[in-house]
Amino acid sequence: MPSRKLNWYRYASPAAFYPLAGKLIPWFAIPAALLFVVGLYVGFFIAPTDAQQGDAYRIIFIHVPAAWMGMLLYVLMAVYAGIGWAFNARLSSMMASSLAITGALFTFLSLVTGSLWGKPTWGTWWVWDARMTSTLILLFLYVGFISLQAAIDDVRRADRAGAVLAIVGVINVPIIYFSVQWWNTLHQGATIRILNKPSMAPPMLAAMLIMLAACWLYSIAVVLVRLRCIIREREQNATMIAAASA
Amino acid sequence: MGGYGFYVWGSYLVALITLGGEVVLLIRRRRALKRKVQ
Repeated sequence: MPSRKLNWYRYASPAAFYPLAGKLIPWFAIPAALLFVVGLYVGFFIAPTDAQQGDAYRIIFIHVPAAWMGMLLYVLMAVYAGIGWAFNARLSSMMASSLAITGALFTFLSLVTGSLWGKPTWGTWWVWDARMTSTLILLFLYVGFISLQAAIDDVRRADRAGAVLAIVGVINVPIIYFSVQWWNTLHQGATIRILNKPSMAPPMLAAMLIMLAACWLYSIAVVLVRLRCIIREREQNATMIAAASA
Repeated sequence: MGGYGFYVWGSYLVALITLGGEVVLLIRRRRALKRKVQ
């Protein structure tokens, strides 16, 4: 009887992962689109108006998932960049490059939506509060990673330099998360904790978690599409360089 | 939206532009790459 055991290491090769990524994309993109629709429906039509903040609180259904995704994608980017650097795994470095843009966009989105939420609730667009400042630093780290990689022509050197920045910058993620506990900030504390009961109405929580799942699936889909583009671009360049030097 | 329409809809508009823009740019990048290969 032939062995049906999958050799997962095979997928560490960009050439082997490329078709697999193509097959996986619709499995993430379509549920992401559906969950965005469901999440927005629950958030706008089922979740009640907040007693203190009125309808302004409905910004959380995009703000909170965007902020979480910004942090999570940074950690993932640093892990992939680190693996790529330590084991000379090209696909991991490509994955880190692919994650950076989506992570930067979610961080940007969390800052803008936070600002739009801050004005009606705090009376100001921006304060140099620990949570907001550390999130702005996260955006700068993403921009730094993307710029550094774009500035170095040699892809392998660019990956290594990016990995150093990503790994050093990962220290900022726990600072963002715990900033509301460590410092006296204008930003509110965590509403959802793993061990405690959430302090919000179940439909509000449901809408936020559905939107979070949608953002996760969206991120996986776009990161895979970009990864396929990066694989094609790099493999094409490698072939051109090899042909030119032959 | 109880007087908060600008802030709430503004947030979702920014989200649509950011995430929708990412998707559009990715599709364009993929098409350009396909043309280059052909």
